[in-house]
Amino acid sequence: MSQFNFTRRGLLRGGAALGAGLAMPTIFTSQARASYLNEPTGSTVTLGFNVPQSGPYADEGADQLRAYQLAVEHLNGEGDGGMMNTFTSKALKGNGILGKKVQYVSGDTQTKSDAARASAKSMIEKDGAIMITGGSSSGVAVAVQALCQEAGVIFMAGLTHANDTTGKDRKANGFRHFFNSYMSGAALAPVLAKQYGTDRKAYYLTADYNWGYTTEQAVLESTEAMGWETVNKVLTPLAATDFSSYITPVVQSDADILVLVHYGGNMVNSLTNAVQFGLRDRMVNGKQFEIVVPLYSELMARGAGQNIKGIFGSQNWDWKLENQLGSRYIGTNAFVQSFGTKYGFPPSQAAHTGYVQALLYADAVERAGSFNPCAVVEALEGFEFDGLGNGPTLYRAEDHQCFKDVVVVKGKENPENEFDLVEIVEVTPTEQVTYPHDHPQFAGGALGTCNPGA
Amino acid sequence: MLNLDKSDLRLFLLVAAALVLAPFILNPFPEGSNLAQFNAGYPDLMQRLVIFGIFAIGFNILFGLTGYLSFGHAAFLGVGSYAAIWMMKLLTMNVIPAIVVSIIVAGIFAALVGFISLRRSGIYFSILTLAFAQMSYSLAYSVLTPITGGETGLQPKINDPRILDAPLLDGATPTAGLFGIDMRASWQLSVGDWLFTFNFGYYFAAVVMLIAFYVSMRIFRSPFGMMLRAVKTNQNRLNYTGVNTRPYTLTAFIISGMYAGLAGGLLVAMDTQVGADRMFWTASGEVVLMTILGGAGTLIGPVLGAGFIKYMENVVSKINETVLHQWFYWLPDGLEDFVVSVIYPFVGKGWHLTLGLMFMAVVIFLPGGLMEGLRRLTQGRKKKADEKTGGAVATPAE
Repeated sequence: MSQFNFTRRGLLRGGAALGAGLAMPTIFTSQARASYLNEPTGSTVTLGFNVPQSGPYADEGADQLRAYQLAVEHLNGEGDGGMMNTFTSKALKGNGILGKKVQYVSGDTQTKSDAARASAKSMIEKDGAIMITGGSSSGVAVAVQALCQEAGVIFMAGLTHANDTTGKDRKANGFRHFFNSYMSGAALAPVLAKQYGTDRKAYYLTADYNWGYTTEQAVLESTEAMGWETVNKVLTPLAATDFSSYITPVVQSDADILVLVHYGGNMVNSLTNAVQFGLRDRMVNGKQFEIVVPLYSELMARGAGQNIKGIFGSQNWDWKLENQLGSRYIGTNAFVQSFGTKYGFPPSQAAHTGYVQALLYADAVERAGSFNPCAVVEALEGFEFDGLGNGPTLYRAEDHQCFKDVVVVKGKENPENEFDLVEIVEVTPTEQVTYPHDHPQFAGGALGTCNPGA
Repeated sequence: MLNLDKSDLRLFLLVAAALVLAPFILNPFPEGSNLAQFNAGYPDLMQRLVIFGIFAIGFNILFGLTGYLSFGHAAFLGVGSYAAIWMMKLLTMNVIPAIVVSIIVAGIFAALVGFISLRRSGIYFSILTLAFAQMSYSLAYSVLTPITGGETGLQPKINDPRILDAPLLDGATPTAGLFGIDMRASWQLSVGDWLFTFNFGYYFAAVVMLIAFYVSMRIFRSPFGMMLRAVKTNQNRLNYTGVNTRPYTLTAFIISGMYAGLAGGLLVAMDTQVGADRMFWTASGEVVLMTILGGAGTLIGPVLGAGFIKYMENVVSKINETVLHQWFYWLPDGLEDFVVSVIYPFVGKGWHLTLGLMFMAVVIFLPGGLMEGLRRLTQGRKKKADEKTGGAVATPAE
C-alpha cells in the first residue's frame, strides 16, 4: 500500500484524468443550462413564496402567504380576478403567465437571514423557482436579494422598510414595491408640522439595528428641516421588553414629542410603557406632549390596543383608501373584496404589497414575452402603472424602488371593529416623497447588471 | 492503514463512501413524483448537512468527551463566518485563506472565552458560555454594525478591494471559488426520471469534513482523548491524584471552537453572506440538540443528528397545504380534508413540533441517541443469529 511505482505512462494517464475531472464541472455548467436559470420548459411555471411562518413576524407572513395564494388564483384565471381588472396594464389574460399555469412553493424564513437564504436556495435549486418573493424584515430582504442576484433569479421584495434594500444594498435582480424610511420621514414631517406646529422638541427612542438607524435619520432630517429641534437620541436593545428605564429620562428632559422608532412587539411594549408613564397627559413648554410612531401596521395597532389612539404614523397602503379618498386609489376595493370573500377579513399592508409584487412580476414577464430575468428587469425598469391601489406608481430604473403616495395614519379614537383601528389622516403625494437615487441616505450602492444565472 | 484499527477504518470508509455517493443516496425519488418532495439531494442542503456535521463533530469533542456542555458554540461559528467574509472582501474570493483565517480567529476567540468560562463547571459553565454567545450576538447585531453589517449582515460587493484578485469583468459579481473553480459549479446527471446533481462546493466541503472526521477519530483514540474521558467520568478524582485538568479541558474547548470556526468559514465559502442571527442562542441550542439526538460521545452520532435536524428544517418545513392535498387527492372529499387537517399541524410551519416530538421520543426511549437505536438494531440481529448458531452472546463493547 505504501509503495508507489511511477511510470511515465501511468503519470501521464493520471494527469490527464485529473485534468479532465477538474475541468468537468465548468464544462457541464456552461452546456447544461440553455439561456437562463430554471427556464420553465413544461406547461407550468413555479414561483417561490418565502415568508416568515414562525418568529416575531409570523402574523405578517401568514397574511402575505394568503395574498400570494390569491394572486396565483387570479393569474390562473380562477376567482374574480381581483386587481387584474383595475390594473392599467392589460397584458395578463388570466391564463397563467405566458400561457403556463402558475404553481408555487412556500418556505419559512423564520425572520433569520440564514434560514431565509436556505429556504430560497432550496426553492431555486430543488423546485426550480424562477422568481422569489416575500419576507417581512429588511435583514432578510437584503440577504435574499443578494442571493437571487448571485443565483440569477428575480427577487420581488415583500415588507421591507429600511433604506438599504434599495440603497446601499440594491441589486439589479431585486425590486421593492413597499415604501421606505426616507419616504416615511418625508411624508410624516409636513403632517406633523401642521398638527403639532413647527416649534417642537423631539426625543428619539430607536431600536438598535439597521432599520432603526435609517428610519431615525430619515424622520430626524425631515422634521428638522421643518424647524423641529432634536433633544436626544437613545438606542434601545432590540430584545428589550421593558422600556421604563428609557422613558424616565424623557420625562426629565424638556422634550414635547417622543418618536418611537420601533416595530412589531418592540413598539407595542414601548408605547404601552410611555402611556403608563402618563406622557400623553403631560404639558411641556405649554404644549401637549405627543408620541409619533414612524412605521405603522394594523397588526401592531391591534397589539397596542387602547394606547394607539391618536398616535401618528405612516403606512404603505390601507384597505379603506379607496372608500375614503376616492377613485385615485382604484384597485383597493377590488383587492379587499376578493381577499375578504376568500378569507373573511380585510388584508393587511403586508398582504397588499405581496399581491401587487406577484402581479407586477407576472405582468412584466407577459410584456417582455420571456421569463428571462434580464428581460423582466428591462420590462420593470421605469415602468409606470396605476390601478393597484396606490394610485399612479413608478418603478424607478436607477434603484428599483416604487414611487407612490404615502398614507399618513393615526390610531382611531372609536374603532368599530378589530380591523378598523387605523384612521387615514392624509395622503402625502408622490412628489413630496421622491428623492434623487444618489441621495446621501441611499449612497454607496450599485445595482450592477442583471444576472440570468446561465 | 491511516493508523486506525479495523472497526474505525471501516467506519471511516463508510463515511467516505456515504459522502461520495450522497447525491444518489439523498435523491431516491424520481423527479415529478409526489415523493420528490422528500428528496434532499440538492446542493444547498447537501452542503449544509456536511457543514453542520463538522460543527457537531467539533461540539462533540467538547461535550461528548469532557461532558462540559457549552451553550454558546454558535458564537464561534459566527466569528469564523465574519472572519471569512472579511478575508473575501479584503483579500481574495478564493476560499482557502478565508477558511484558514476563520479557523484561527475562532480558535483565538475560543481560547479567550474558554480561559474565563472553564473556571467553573456544570451549569455555571453553560451559563457563562451562553452569556458570551449572547453578548457576541448583541454586539454583532447593533454595536459593531460598522464591522458586522448589523441586521443586514455582510456580503461581497462589487466595489470591495479584494487586493489579490484580478479586477472583475464588466457585469460580473464576485463569487467564491477555489483557484478559479466556482463553488456553485454543478454537473447534472439524469438517469431515466432521476436527476442527480454533483456540486463542486459540496465535494469540497465533503473532503474537509472527511479530514475533520479523521482528526476527531484520532483525538477520540488518543491518550489525550482518554484524559478528556477521565474528566467526564470524575474530574474531582483526577484533581486529587494531582492532575491539573484545566489545560486539557481548555485544549478541548479550543479545538472544538476551531471546528465551529471551520464550519462558519465553510458556510461563507458555500454561500457568501453572514448575518448576526447565526450567533443567536437558538443556533447554539441547535448544535446541542444535534449532538444529543445523534448520540453524544459517539463518533458518527452528531453527524447523523445534524443531518436529521437540517433535513427536517429544509424539507418538512416546505410541505404546505397544497402539497398535502396533492398527496391525498384520491381520498373522498370529506376524508381528504380531515386527513389534511390532522397532518397539517405537523408539517410546514409546524416542523418544530414534529422535531420536538421526535427529540422527546429519542431522549425517553433511546437515551444514547440515534446511535443507540442503530446499535440495538444490529445487536438484536446479531443476537438472533447467535441463537440460531448456538454461539455465545458477544459482550457489548461499551
